Amino acid sequence: MSTINADEVARLAALARIDLTPEETDRLAGDLDVIVQSVATVSEVAGDDVPATSHPIPLTNVLRDDVVGQTLPLEDILAQAPQAEDGQFAVPQILGEEQ
Amino acid sequence: MTTLVDYDDAIARFDPVLGIEVHVELGTATKMFDDAPAHFGAQPNSAVTPVSLGLPGALPVVNGTAVEYAIRIGLALNCQIAETCRFARKNYFYPDVPKNFQTSQYDEPIAFEGYLDVELEDGEVFRVEIERAHMEEDAGKNTHVGGSGRIHGAEYSLVDYNRAGIPLVEIVTKPITGVGARAPEVARAYVSALRDIFRTLGVSEARMERGNVRADVNLSLRATPDAPLGTRTETKNVNSFRSIERAVRYEVSRQAAVLDAGQSVVQETRHFHEDTGSTSSGRVKSDADDYRYFPEPDLVPLAPPREWVEEIRASLPELPALRRRRLVTEWGYSEEEMRDVVNAGALDLIEATVAAGAAPAAARKWWMGELSRTAKTSGVELADLDVTPQHVAELQALVDSGRVNDKLARQVLEGVLAGEGAPEDVVTARGLEVVSDDGPLLEVIDATLAEQPDIAEKIRSGNLGPMGVIIGAVMKATRGQADAGRVRELVQERLS
Amino acid sequence: MTDLTRLTAADLAERLRSGEVTSVEATQAHLDRIAAVDGPVHAFLHINSEEALATAADVDARRAAGEDLHELAGVPIAVKDVVVTKDQVTTAGSKILDGWIPPYDATLVEKLRAAGMPILGKTNMDEFAMGSSTEHSAYGPTRNPWDLDRIPGGSGGGSAAAVAAYEAPLAIGTDTGGSIRQPAAVTGTVGVKPTYGSVSRYGLIALASSLDQAGPCSRTVLDSALLHDVIGGHDPRDSTSLPEPAPSYADAARAGATGDLTGVRVGVVRELGGEGYQPGVRASFEASLDHLRAAGAEVVEVSCPSFSAALAAYYLILPSEASSNLAKFDGMRFGLRVEPAEGPVTAERVMAATRGAGFGPEVKRRIILGTYALSAGYYDAYYGSAQKVRTLIQRDFAAAFEAADVLVSPTAPTTAFRFGEKVDDPMAMYLNDVATIPANLAGIPGLSLPSGLSDDGLPVGFQVLAPARADERLYRVGAALETRLLAAAGGAGVLADAPELETLTDTTEAAR
Repeated sequence: MSTINADEVARLAALARIDLTPEETDRLAGDLDVIVQSVATVSEVAGDDVPATSHPIPLTNVLRDDVVGQTLPLEDILAQAPQAEDGQFAVPQILGEEQ
Repeated sequence: MTTLVDYDDAIARFDPVLGIEVHVELGTATKMFDDAPAHFGAQPNSAVTPVSLGLPGALPVVNGTAVEYAIRIGLALNCQIAETCRFARKNYFYPDVPKNFQTSQYDEPIAFEGYLDVELEDGEVFRVEIERAHMEEDAGKNTHVGGSGRIHGAEYSLVDYNRAGIPLVEIVTKPITGVGARAPEVARAYVSALRDIFRTLGVSEARMERGNVRADVNLSLRATPDAPLGTRTETKNVNSFRSIERAVRYEVSRQAAVLDAGQSVVQETRHFHEDTGSTSSGRVKSDADDYRYFPEPDLVPLAPPREWVEEIRASLPELPALRRRRLVTEWGYSEEEMRDVVNAGALDLIEATVAAGAAPAAARKWWMGELSRTAKTSGVELADLDVTPQHVAELQALVDSGRVNDKLARQVLEGVLAGEGAPEDVVTARGLEVVSDDGPLLEVIDATLAEQPDIAEKIRSGNLGPMGVIIGAVMKATRGQADAGRVRELVQERLS
Repeated sequence: MTDLTRLTAADLAERLRSGEVTSVEATQAHLDRIAAVDGPVHAFLHINSEEALATAADVDARRAAGEDLHELAGVPIAVKDVVVTKDQVTTAGSKILDGWIPPYDATLVEKLRAAGMPILGKTNMDEFAMGSSTEHSAYGPTRNPWDLDRIPGGSGGGSAAAVAAYEAPLAIGTDTGGSIRQPAAVTGTVGVKPTYGSVSRYGLIALASSLDQAGPCSRTVLDSALLHDVIGGHDPRDSTSLPEPAPSYADAARAGATGDLTGVRVGVVRELGGEGYQPGVRASFEASLDHLRAAGAEVVEVSCPSFSAALAAYYLILPSEASSNLAKFDGMRFGLRVEPAEGPVTAERVMAATRGAGFGPEVKRRIILGTYALSAGYYDAYYGSAQKVRTLIQRDFAAAFEAADVLVSPTAPTTAFRFGEKVDDPMAMYLNDVATIPANLAGIPGLSLPSGLSDDGLPVGFQVLAPARADERLYRVGAALETRLLAAAGGAGVLADAPELETLTDTTEAAR
């Protein structure tokens, strides 16, 4: 299994959009390395013939009728926004692109 | 300035391969995963619930009608419908994605392995192989404020989540090969055929200009059809048929220039610019595109029962291509005539006209003749003219019964188009009926013959050559309201 | 006069019904108790006196008018701060949600309100329910009423401590890997994690969607059953909600309270005991097995070999799902927004700065771990394999439930440990949940009730597990054991041995 070093933590933190201090990065690299070594055993336990379980209780086809319900009042949702303008959420300039 | 290779030159030396992803917004009453309305007015953030706003604690529930629509689309595209499929989370951070993941189908789409036969304007048919059709949700809308108004110059953005969660079906083709110089046409015809199908199925209003249907066009070039696929670019959100054609042409020319210069095409998304017909570089695909897909734990798997799928299949309306084939036979049109009808957008109009009682040939004559000219002159669509198929059928009935002749019929139509009412009303109001009572007609004929004794004599002696002169004079005297055939008969009777 | 805070919920409900006391009196008594002891205990993050008393007054008025009320109408309750409450601050123990007022109620909160239960306030927890000690709360830890230097368990230490300290007769917890049962064990209280889907997750701030389940916290088995009856049932807003109607769990608890378990097969899980379990915990567990035998139960041993991989699977599935569930906390729509200290202020950088400043160390650790486990190239080895382990654990349970009607184990390997003992050693902290995690992975229900004291004088939890959708077995067996333990102790529950907390002198003044 691979090890987790500070560079890997920095890559993951960027992917997870979390600013880390250099100290946090080093600390996490140490922690995660131990954890990953401990949890790596899972790949040895189950063979290819074992199906994956994504939901503990097997249910299928839970569908909703296409009927309009209650929407949230605008003032309620914008009251909790860090910044709002013209009935919309104001966010800092967006540099990236839609995916 | 980007250098371009002339399109024909590029096509002569490179083989283009297309791949098209079409997103269609479904016309359901509510969103994909919550009961917020999917149709809304101008007020931003008025159509949101805790779910579509991605608030902590909110959970998704799948819209059953959206699933049915997705199955309809899959069946119409000759796809297999999955025995079981799931939703997954596509994780990426972007302010218009409220949960910072999009709930989408990933490795288990609801429909897969289909095809669509696409007919080009000259009648040639291309089969486009469909890889998959899957369900997902739309994102919100950002409005960039401040600076130059473009993304990069904006100081901040305003986000409206009304669109967030609108159900989408994304249809992905396999690589479309063997199209050669016709790549732009095929791309256009494919998206156009899809649009017609969406409308026929009733799953979407499918208005390109409103963004109900959005196309991402992938294009790559290779030296020969035997060569492996080249590096592709993905031109995003090309939202009109004409733009699709232009974007493909542009990318062929641009990529050819890149390859000619000995460089490699960069795998990236590109933006299409309506004003210049060009594309510009967007986001480069990179290792950072790690979406960390995993099965959506908040939704359970879908296993559309086979009986349901068959029920949906049985209830599918006749699809556009089949309908055309049927109507060619029923109406006795030539393939070419039918293609013209379809291209002119007259198919529905003619079908309705025939249904209202007109003969197919007559219906085609009106819509493809007089009415097409009028539409062209006024720069509107046929369907937007102030005349209904019912009007046209009535008009033709007037002709068939002999109450008006062709010339009068055109005047009646003029009246209808001018908003003077139904054909019958125009006939009455303008007094356009053919004079069918022989009495008044004979008076005119007698007077005409009396005025032209020489010609009358010639006819009487068996020389029918100058007959036209008499008929013309009678018609003139009756302001065209006489039936020319009847005039001829009466003249002959009088002079026999 | 009776101290209303010492009554069980069932007793209090009876007195409310008979008109002996009013809900306003009962609610005020608990608010007074909170004012008196919650300073050091710190079970509550937000206290909700005004609304609780208004609800109480409304219930009293409706009762006076002869209205037919719910069995628990007027009985006050505390709610874990991971459950959203309309118009009341909900933080999930995190700075990133400091001051957030949700515009909607969780389904279970709607049910509490419909039943007329005054909500006293929101209880403390490890940030986003990540932890086993409440030391990871951004607002300071909750202290164990048995010993203020010790942890109350976690993540739902606040709910357990509130019940143990008589600040509330009932509380709502959530259990992703033991967050209801382990705190119950170390505080000498009862806690139940229902079958996955028994209680709606709509309005629970998600930690790990496929593991989370809300459930009751109380001082008696019957009280938990009564509360489970209130909050359970199908919810069309939760796709994973069980569709079928649930039986009465209170009836099951009352049936068990006779103390008779004749014909019931009790399976002792070999892998959940022995090495790593404190001797005093093992002794208490063995004594309880004797009580069960005396009640007529047949005690057998069962083996669940795949449980050895449960912890590893859990610490891959939980962080993976959490890394995605917690992505929405980005400072764009609600909650904290922090701008980067330097450089351009872009959405991307504000998100990262907000999450860097708003999340505590354990949350960051798990998000990064989950991001790693899901990232390209690792998915199959980690998340994919963990999901397979889940299948193996379900198979182990299925086989074990062939041999036994319920399975039992100590709830936690140790009694309450001291603050700071494990906070810097994540793996040691994670081992606390070794006996509770398998139930979450398999979706089955589990209950913890106090079985007595360890040799260190601290309470020990006894865990009962049942097959999925057979929650009633927990209540029947749990209530039977409770009856036998009470009888053996001369009628006094385990909590009777807890030291009295120092109270502020003028409690009435402090509450006002």
